[in-house]
Amino acid sequence: MTTLSQAHASPTPSSPSPTSVMRVRCCSSAGCLAGGAAELRQGLTAAVARRELQERVAITGVGCLGPCSQGPLLAIDPDGTLFAGVTAADADGLIAALAHRLQAVSAAEWEAPLAWRPAAGEQVDTGRPFFTRQRRVVLENCGLIDPERIEAAIERGAYEQLRHTVTDRTPAEVVDTIRRSGLRGRGGAGYPTGLKWATVAKMPGERKVVVCNADEGDPGAFMDRSVLEGDPHRVLEGMAIAAYAVGADQGFIYIRAEYKLAIVNLRRAIEQARRRHLLGAGLFGSPFGFTVELRVGAGAYVCGEETALIHSIEGQRGTPRPRPPYPAEAGVWGRPTLINNVETLANVVPILREGAGWFAAIGTEGSKGTKVFCLTGKVRRGGLVEVPMGTSLATIVSEMGEGCPDGAGLKAVQTGGPSGGCVPASLLHTSVDYESLQALGTIMGSGGMVVMDHSTDMVAIAAFFMAFCRDESCGKCVPCRAGTVQLHGLLQKHLAGDATAADLAQLEALCPMVAETSLCGLGQSAPKPVLSTLRYFREEYVARLKPGPTAAAAGR
Amino acid sequence: MANSVAEVMPTARSEHLAGAAAPGGQAFEALEPILRRYHRSPDSLIEILNQSQELYGHLSDDLLRHVAGSLELPLSRVHGTASFYHLFRFRPPARHSCVVCNGTACEVKGAAPLIEALEQELRIGLGACSADGWVSLGSVRCLGTCSAAPVVVIDGAVRKHQTVSSVLAAVRELDAEHGPEGEAEPQP
Repeated sequence: MTTLSQAHASPTPSSPSPTSVMRVRCCSSAGCLAGGAAELRQGLTAAVARRELQERVAITGVGCLGPCSQGPLLAIDPDGTLFAGVTAADADGLIAALAHRLQAVSAAEWEAPLAWRPAAGEQVDTGRPFFTRQRRVVLENCGLIDPERIEAAIERGAYEQLRHTVTDRTPAEVVDTIRRSGLRGRGGAGYPTGLKWATVAKMPGERKVVVCNADEGDPGAFMDRSVLEGDPHRVLEGMAIAAYAVGADQGFIYIRAEYKLAIVNLRRAIEQARRRHLLGAGLFGSPFGFTVELRVGAGAYVCGEETALIHSIEGQRGTPRPRPPYPAEAGVWGRPTLINNVETLANVVPILREGAGWFAAIGTEGSKGTKVFCLTGKVRRGGLVEVPMGTSLATIVSEMGEGCPDGAGLKAVQTGGPSGGCVPASLLHTSVDYESLQALGTIMGSGGMVVMDHSTDMVAIAAFFMAFCRDESCGKCVPCRAGTVQLHGLLQKHLAGDATAADLAQLEALCPMVAETSLCGLGQSAPKPVLSTLRYFREEYVARLKPGPTAAAAGR
Repeated sequence: MANSVAEVMPTARSEHLAGAAAPGGQAFEALEPILRRYHRSPDSLIEILNQSQELYGHLSDDLLRHVAGSLELPLSRVHGTASFYHLFRFRPPARHSCVVCNGTACEVKGAAPLIEALEQELRIGLGACSADGWVSLGSVRCLGTCSAAPVVVIDGAVRKHQTVSSVLAAVRELDAEHGPEGEAEPQP
């Protein structure tokens, strides 16, 4: 302790300048928590207290730091050195190293690399493509700010655009800016956001509603969870701006119950914003008011579909209904309703701050801006990445993700979850944008990207997704309710080696029928994983066929 | 508590009667602040069911009837809504829960062998609960912690990068507490 008090008394850091304070940012998102991030943070806080360093070392929790597969992660400021695989047992050693660093008397000593490594982890080289190929727009604050403190968000400019909007912009100007930015829905379908806002704004009606769809149900996708956990105020501000633009006064965030931490962080954020009059009546001295309520789902994938989601918000069974009328015309309680996905709303603030032209300059002709992806499965460096639209799949998977581990070659990349398809390794040069992925028989989807190597059985994957759709079908329309059961049965027959060429023909005939006649997106896209694996990995189906009278027909 | 009613009427049908007669206001006092917070609004049915389950562990018939009465909704509407969503339980949960994530990333990284091993070890099928109410084995479609795949959640704690041996060791730890009478003492 004496050396520390000497350090405090020494001439260099006598008047604490920003650089004489260090900050440890501990990832506190669900992925790292599963690896013991909470214990690590407690250990660090205790070690700082033992050494009486509270004035000089700040331990803060932050949202996702990126390479989740190597968690728990932490970053050390001022220089942002990133460490992976840190455990609570490393806490004391790290704080000792920081204490030593804080005694630095020269700039050279201060800037030298930290002489500390986690026992079982490593320092992460942030010069790797995983980091350098990213462009952070949606995630610009994620991993930097403490999501539990509204002050941290405000320091980074949160609610500044809402203030500008309410005091200086007309609703029509806001809608026009979003329209010119070229932003499209990030939930999967890619509907132009500006057009959606303009439609709701034009609808007659005293009261309108804005809904944030946070029912991120696609397995393998956790972008929205990361945004909500790491920067909840960004989404609240986006919702309030959307409400101002379309003339709504009430907002709902519909979030899946599985996202415990995101729910806690959102509840806290809503309360904080309300107390500071950043949500509520008469914002910034204007007549505009906006309230937000959280609605927690209860485990039904179909509730991501907008009409099902509306029913669920109203406290009913989450079954979809035919459209029209679209929610823009008649949504929650029959009121004109704007439904946007979390990531779409998280793009609103930077668009207004930097301008529509700035945003439109990122990405491709038809797909503007960036997209957040969750890189998972058989990949060396997995986690959360944000890249400009138009980046190729190869860049994301092979360069940023550094390919498959164990030398097993890459076989396919699955995008779009149960509504998407598998892109074979031979087509990885494809650019990530709405149209290119659609042309390959898959979709952008919400952003899950699961890498598969040669040990992955594509028929089993198709059966896996069909089992998912069968379980999640709400049962309202027959093509989906019965079709998914039949398709799953046929796939099981193939897996068991009991299928004949006639079964394969039936599988192929049933897919378009279910797709074309189902009521909502769930059934309409349920056959996609089957169709895409049939398109690119047909031989895996054919190889399993039992010799039958029409075997020749199957080789088509 | 319904028990007190049962004591007053110790007939063969007491249990049934106790359940049916349980006056909501008395039996589910802890739910009252929640009902008030949501203004007994039918729109908040799912929120209220979520929190009811959190309070009481499961949605019993009595509880559903109480909620229906409080919100002035038909029981069919309340039961129909509750049974639509996967996360609502109608039977008391087992003392321990073991949930294997069955999302795409976990599937690709080997969730199936984990489920198989757990089914053998616990001698119950997926989605079942052991006869003594000790442990249940379930699956969930993606927790969104895919970087930690394959993931198993035991008593609410998410365990990352699980293997057959690590997951079996974890459930055997539960078993160690479970041991026959007299052996449940923690070892020094």
